[in-house]
Amino acid sequence: MSDVKAAPPVTGAKHAAGGTANYLDERTSIGAFTKFIARKVFPDHWSFMLGEIALYSFVVLLLSGVILTAFFVPSIEPVVYDGSLATMQGIEMSKAFESTLRMSFEVPGGLLMRQIHHWAALIFAASILTHMARIFFTGAFRKPRELNWLVGFTLMILSLAAGFTGYSLPDDVLSGNGLRIIDGVIRSMPILGSYISYGLFGGEFPGEDLIPRLFTAHVLLVPALILGLIALHLFLVFLQKHTQYPGGGRTDKNVVGFPLFPVYTAKAGGFFFVVFGVIALLGATLQINPVWNYGPYDPSIISAGTQPDWYMLFIDGALRIMPGNLEYVIGGYTLSLNILIPGVVVPGLFFGALALYPWIEAWATGDRGERHILDRPRNAPVRTALGVAAITFYVVLVLEGSNDIVANLFRLSINDLTIMFRIAVFVLPVLAFILTKRIAMGLQRKDRELVLHGHETGRIVRFDDGEYIEVHEPLNDQERWVRVSYTALKPREPAPELNVHGVRRKGYRWDRFKAALSRFYFEDRVEPVTPAELEEAQDHRAPVAESEAPRPEVEKSTTS
Amino acid sequence: MSTDDVTPGGGIVEDEFTDPGIPTHHRPRRADVDPKAAKRAELQVAALFGVSVLGTVIAIWAYLTADVGGDNIAGVRNTTMFLGVGLFLAMIGIGTGAIHWAKTLMRDHDIVEERHHLRSSEEARAGAVDNLKQGARDSGIGIGRRGLLKGSLVTALAIAPLSVLVPAVGNLGGDWNVSKLRNTMWRRGMRLAKDPGGGLIKAADVTIGSVFQVIPDGLNELEEGKLEEKAKAVVLLIRMNPEDLKVQPGREDWSFDGIVAYSKICTHVGCPVALYEQQTHHLLCPCHQSTFDVADGAKVVFGPANRPLPQLPIAVDDEGYIIAKDDFNEPIGPSYWERLK
Ligand code: HEM
Ligand code: FES
Repeated sequence: MSDVKAAPPVTGAKHAAGGTANYLDERTSIGAFTKFIARKVFPDHWSFMLGEIALYSFVVLLLSGVILTAFFVPSIEPVVYDGSLATMQGIEMSKAFESTLRMSFEVPGGLLMRQIHHWAALIFAASILTHMARIFFTGAFRKPRELNWLVGFTLMILSLAAGFTGYSLPDDVLSGNGLRIIDGVIRSMPILGSYISYGLFGGEFPGEDLIPRLFTAHVLLVPALILGLIALHLFLVFLQKHTQYPGGGRTDKNVVGFPLFPVYTAKAGGFFFVVFGVIALLGATLQINPVWNYGPYDPSIISAGTQPDWYMLFIDGALRIMPGNLEYVIGGYTLSLNILIPGVVVPGLFFGALALYPWIEAWATGDRGERHILDRPRNAPVRTALGVAAITFYVVLVLEGSNDIVANLFRLSINDLTIMFRIAVFVLPVLAFILTKRIAMGLQRKDRELVLHGHETGRIVRFDDGEYIEVHEPLNDQERWVRVSYTALKPREPAPELNVHGVRRKGYRWDRFKAALSRFYFEDRVEPVTPAELEEAQDHRAPVAESEAPRPEVEKSTTS
Repeated sequence: MSTDDVTPGGGIVEDEFTDPGIPTHHRPRRADVDPKAAKRAELQVAALFGVSVLGTVIAIWAYLTADVGGDNIAGVRNTTMFLGVGLFLAMIGIGTGAIHWAKTLMRDHDIVEERHHLRSSEEARAGAVDNLKQGARDSGIGIGRRGLLKGSLVTALAIAPLSVLVPAVGNLGGDWNVSKLRNTMWRRGMRLAKDPGGGLIKAADVTIGSVFQVIPDGLNELEEGKLEEKAKAVVLLIRMNPEDLKVQPGREDWSFDGIVAYSKICTHVGCPVALYEQQTHHLLCPCHQSTFDVADGAKVVFGPANRPLPQLPIAVDDEGYIIAKDDFNEPIGPSYWERLK
């Protein structure tokens, strides 16, 4: 790959470029870096673009956000509105709300920037979650990428923080009530609740400090953390090199794909502009967060159908789904489990399990090797099923978070719907798990069948003895390799309970737990086709053979 | 490229297919073989970049002709639209142009890069340990005699942040007087005022079935803490047929002829409750749908709240105005740990 080596400078422009390169290199040795980076290989797959979307929407957030800060006034100080909007004339509101109206209606393009910023935030959150799902379902979190999974997980939490702090800044009725809900959840925490609430709001709710504090968090603290962690995230992607899907010539010891320069520079660079363009179009055409319809925050006002941004809906849903009678008074102190469980415990456990998942799975596999070939989700049925179960749980909470809308849609009473969801939140994830596992294993069996018997061609051949048979075309090497190059892991056995001295071994219980977990993961499995099996199947293909199918998994045999 | 060292996903299996290697049959694209197609692709890419230039022109034109302010809502809408569409074209032109270029004209052969174990070599690891040991010896810690140095340094480092954190965190909560959560502004004899508007309320003016949002008379004149007080003191005043009202034991004189006053702040996590249904006397909090029965002590009939809305005891003064008889007898709003202390 020598086609990027700079030729000796000839023309004027080339001379200047060469001169600049020389100037920089003599001061930074950027030449060596460029040599390393320019032809770095990245594998190609649509699902690898999800992380890119997150990255690019974050850049759009930074750009549009900087413009918004030029006009936003982070202050709760009351003013009486006398701007251009007729419906708001004479109404008392905070400077934060007033400046939001002003930048929307009096600054040309201001409304566009607000809407671009908000749409970018929604897309940022959505792309992070789907990116995370792709990492999960393909097993890209396995060694050596566990740490990058944690970095990514932290980015996900930070993206929620970024969204929530930004959403609250305009000081409108909707976001104000959102903050009050958060305040209520915080106060439910044992012992420290009231103090944490005071610490956050600078005293009693709503106080005067919160908007300026949220502003600093939103424009400085959170973006700086995100920026730093994105740098670390991408550094690790470069250092560890990207994973790749299984395919001919792709191993755990190489990366097959296109070079960063020029193909990825063009594709990924171009993709940034596409993402930016699409977000601009959304901002231009779809109204979002019209705060002038909600009005300035007043702690006594609420509008029906209050909804947070979609990425906070699951918490709202958890709060809604909980029956109220779980509040206890112990020795005169109030423990509100009806709020603590949905507001703190459930999100805590859910996110905790998510953060630790790479290690949980490693206990089951006992795998210590580096894994750079991605799993096809069907080849890890239990992981895939767990992921779908978790998503199902999440979706039930999101739906419950908009139960008023769902109830309206299906003409149900909200109460009945909530009772249904109370059952569904336990039952549906289990069903999803069972169903997904079956489907995944079914797909594995289908793969086996395909490998053993080839593609159906639809061509029917009649043999001399009058028998009809459909001609099957064997898979080519590449197609077959994708379907057979995986390992169906087997459950681990715990080491014996007693050590050589006949004494019960330390750590035996832990081993037993890991073995049980391993059984849960790998008890049921579908082995890939082996060459011997394939050979056998091909022998059976002789049209006269009347023998049984080689394996019970095979539903259709070639003889009829 | 060697392929025999492939061990997909784990242990070596004897009986294994062999990796067929990177697909060799590479199907050439039109532009690879047909110079005319290549020329066409080039023109398409250039045209897409041209779209971008056009978009920039539209955006600048939209900005220069923007007519916003002075209650011109249509002007705001048009500016948002045209500026945004211009920006969209400016971006999408570059983006699709670059991608089209990469897909049609750039060399599209896979290349292979070897991976190396992330683990450092044994020498490097040994060297690292040696260097650290050497450094520790140089510092004197390594010899084991310098426990005092180590201990005192660790202690100093551990507590030094407190010099910043204690004042920083200490200032966050204002006066930290959390007992303010216990009381509201309501006092004996304070008149009830409509919100918004501030008009006082005569019992005779409250018709059966009506609902008023009410604040203490004088709240709007507060110099300080207006919103904080309002967030606690806001009340719903509701009149129903006295026969429908189940008077709660001990609260016989808290209502007046079917008029009751309950805190508007939900006992779940503190949203203002809003939707009152006359027939059922149910009051619904739109945040998480806790439902309170106003006819029966505002007890919870559905939803995630646990406690009834606190009741404000009311009476009528000499001039016929509704007044509070006292503050609420419990903290309003969501539960918290020391609520009953
Ligand atoms: C601010 C948010 C994030 C940004 C901007 C971001 C960006 C990226 C990009 C551009 C890549 C390389 C391309 C790809 O495979 O998609 C990547 C890879 C990766 N991300 Fe993220 N990501 C974010 C959040 C997350 C989250 C929430 C997780 C999981 C908890 C995560 C885990 C990973 C891992 C493990 C890789 C390596 C994937 C591989 O080599 O196959 N990231 N990220
Ligand atoms: S705040 Fe009223 S139901 Fe949650």
